[in-house]
Amino acid sequence: MYDVVIIGGGVTGCAAAAELAKYQLRVCLVEKESDVCEGTSKANSAIVHAGFDAEPDTLKAKLNVRGNDMIANLSKKLDFAFKNNGAMVLCFDEAQLPELELLKEKGWKNGVPGLEILTGEQAREKEPRLSPDVKYALYAPTSGIVCPFEMTLAFAENAFENGVEFRLDTMVTGIEKSAEGYIVRTDKGELETKAVFNCAGVYADKINDMAGGRHFGITPRKGEYMLMDKDAGGTVSHTIFQLPTKMGKGVLVTPTVHGNLLVGPTAENIDDKENTATTATGLAEVKAKSALSVEGLPFNKVITSFTGLRAVGDTHDFIIEESLPCFFNAAGIESPGLTSAPAIAEMLRELLSAKMNLSPKKDHKDTRKGVVHFAELTHEEQNALIREQPAYGSIVCRCETITEGEILDALNRPLGATTLDGVKRRTRAGMGRCQAGFCSPKTILLLSEKLGCSIGDIRKNGRKAVQEDA
Amino acid sequence: MREFDLVIVGGGPAGMAAAVSAREHGLENIVILERDSELGGILNQCIHNGFGLHTFKEELTGPEYAERYAVKVREMGIPCETDTMVLDISKDRIVTILSRGRGVEEIKARSVILAMGCRERPRGALNIPGFRPQGVYTAGTAQKLVNCEGHVVGKEVVILGSGDIGLIMARRMTLEGAHVAAVAELMPYSSGLKRNIVQCLDDYDIPLLLSHTVVDIKGKEKLEGVVIAEVDSKNSPIAGTEQFYPCDTLLLSCGLIPENELSRNCGIDIDPRTNGPLVDEGLETSIDGVFACGNVLHVHDLVDYVSEEAARAGESAASFVKRGCTADDTPAIKVTALNGVRYTVPAEIHPDDLLTDVHIRFRVTGVFKDCAIVIKAGDTELLRRKSRILVPSEMLDIIIKKEKLCGITEDITAAIEEV
Repeated sequence: MYDVVIIGGGVTGCAAAAELAKYQLRVCLVEKESDVCEGTSKANSAIVHAGFDAEPDTLKAKLNVRGNDMIANLSKKLDFAFKNNGAMVLCFDEAQLPELELLKEKGWKNGVPGLEILTGEQAREKEPRLSPDVKYALYAPTSGIVCPFEMTLAFAENAFENGVEFRLDTMVTGIEKSAEGYIVRTDKGELETKAVFNCAGVYADKINDMAGGRHFGITPRKGEYMLMDKDAGGTVSHTIFQLPTKMGKGVLVTPTVHGNLLVGPTAENIDDKENTATTATGLAEVKAKSALSVEGLPFNKVITSFTGLRAVGDTHDFIIEESLPCFFNAAGIESPGLTSAPAIAEMLRELLSAKMNLSPKKDHKDTRKGVVHFAELTHEEQNALIREQPAYGSIVCRCETITEGEILDALNRPLGATTLDGVKRRTRAGMGRCQAGFCSPKTILLLSEKLGCSIGDIRKNGRKAVQEDA
Repeated sequence: MREFDLVIVGGGPAGMAAAVSAREHGLENIVILERDSELGGILNQCIHNGFGLHTFKEELTGPEYAERYAVKVREMGIPCETDTMVLDISKDRIVTILSRGRGVEEIKARSVILAMGCRERPRGALNIPGFRPQGVYTAGTAQKLVNCEGHVVGKEVVILGSGDIGLIMARRMTLEGAHVAAVAELMPYSSGLKRNIVQCLDDYDIPLLLSHTVVDIKGKEKLEGVVIAEVDSKNSPIAGTEQFYPCDTLLLSCGLIPENELSRNCGIDIDPRTNGPLVDEGLETSIDGVFACGNVLHVHDLVDYVSEEAARAGESAASFVKRGCTADDTPAIKVTALNGVRYTVPAEIHPDDLLTDVHIRFRVTGVFKDCAIVIKAGDTELLRRKSRILVPSEMLDIIIKKEKLCGITEDITAAIEEV
């Protein structure tokens, strides 16, 4: 019997797992894919939002500002990449100034510090490549950028190290009330638990329906992005937004925390919760809209494009509630979900504490060490590492300078990678300009040695079960 | 700090030929640094034949061609450090290298030859819409998996791009029992050599769809098929021409990009047309004592030309070191690509300091029929060569006699003229 079963291994579920792991609870996280961070958490803008655009007094507003406050400290403790680079919201028309002021006003109500309206000239002084058409900009110094993979993995590994059980490749097929709580049925057997956290992203509505909670709908809202080479990473230093619309924060231009340049997303409501395909029209829209903000974006430096699905709830706020006794939803976690994740986890824990006695674990470990980034070390540190493990002396991924030692670490650490994408998200091998052309044969060999299977069985990503059936 | 007269970055065909030539021209203290565990570079995975017709007057496979040079390197006693990655080259030619045995090490080079080769343009850079499933490979990655790891990547194959590696892989996959449904090429002409189209596609009844491209990739986790459409004269897909090709493998052969990360970090000037360093007739880059040759300089069609070019780089490095590591400060004239010529290597020539005849290598911008290659210095014609057909897939190599260039002060142009 578990105390809590968490459904979903995205950033919300993993942050909740890390939070619950601080207490004397038996917790299990169930994820349908073969790795954590396989859904919305892996394909988004990777922004730690300041919190000025959520409607005041909503959960989004409250949890965004709280999450923003928490992430810098967490990034140090749990060792994930974060940078406080600041953001600007641009307006291109004098007549839009009141909208920008309204945004500042909202931010003030939400408790966002340091907001300031800049003239076009002041904005261009901070960010020289901004379009000459920019008339005003709202400057938000507390906005940041984060590695969403590392952040999700950091929560997951920290939870794992503190005793949370992870059941990957396990799909929930039904939820039933039982005398002591719930029976969670999966394709790999049943789990008995006192409480359930529904952190199932775009499928949170389905999970809620299985349990019979008050109905809500989740609409996947497609967002297409283009990622550019590190050569283009210095084009801007701040995260550049346009004035938000009712469909979201609009197309942004931002450096990533690892030094690439990211442009996107589009916003299109769709029905298919699996449709992460990019489209010619979507990518063309990203190009056209991002070019309004920043002059001379080097679209010939695009190294990949991708689509993420935001989980948009029909209440237009986060749905964080006890929907049935001891069945808690964390649903509708669209933007600013990544930023809010640690605050959502706190809120879930508070809700749970009303139902269950939570006593702190004495031996809880609140730090986690990520995969070493060899390229960022000094020569002395590099040589010390190579003496300890010679595999750090072999480069596998040329573009990102990732060593065999880092890949072995990604395979052997807690919740180690079992797919090519898993290695990529843990080490960045394959994320560079050749997009795994050179390193994938070597990574495939290392994976097959670790997993004891033939290289033909090594998967890029996804569910093991599905692929075995196919 | 270890010191070398010449450090060669890369032990593929360019690096090996450069080393052999530098030794033949009197340099003793040379080292070849190779990131793989053996010499040969990309030739090691090119197990098909067709190499060496110019150099050895016989038809060799890739590994055989590499072995000929590896044997010379061994016989000459030129040191090679394999499993060694160059991390950085500084302007004053301090080279930072990484290996398991020696860790991170800085070495001093009196001269450097860049011979890092090139990489393939990946799917992301092509911006093909659709899903990102397993089963999409660049042709060279698939070639490595099939030929070196013994893993045939799929059974039903579509190839986008008619570059030579794609054509070779069409045949290779067919021989491994796969079915290659089509090769789609965006341009109205192939970017691969005619002989490869004949020997790899025509001989196996594999259709080459010119002016076609992949407009959608289907299958969320595993590739299920691609949609191919015809394109108009602006390379935009024509609505209504879309056709679905079920397949488990999509190979991409859509261009090669010289791998100049080290060169850029060193501050070497790069030619945006070739993505390779700007060099003079001795293949010296904008940094004194740093030379470039092979596919890192510009993408070649035949390895024989790589070897020939690399030999020149080896000779130049030897004379640079023997000169006492001083730059050639005689006046230089520019070489400019005009009508029909996409780029030229070299981009400048020192007419007063020529060791040998000058090769001008280039590619044309499109298909030209019944035309002439015209090389001029100012208004003076240095060379005119008629040609029945010129195609972008072939690299052209024009040799201008040393005597003709002596005393020239006006810039040189290369152009294609109609006849």
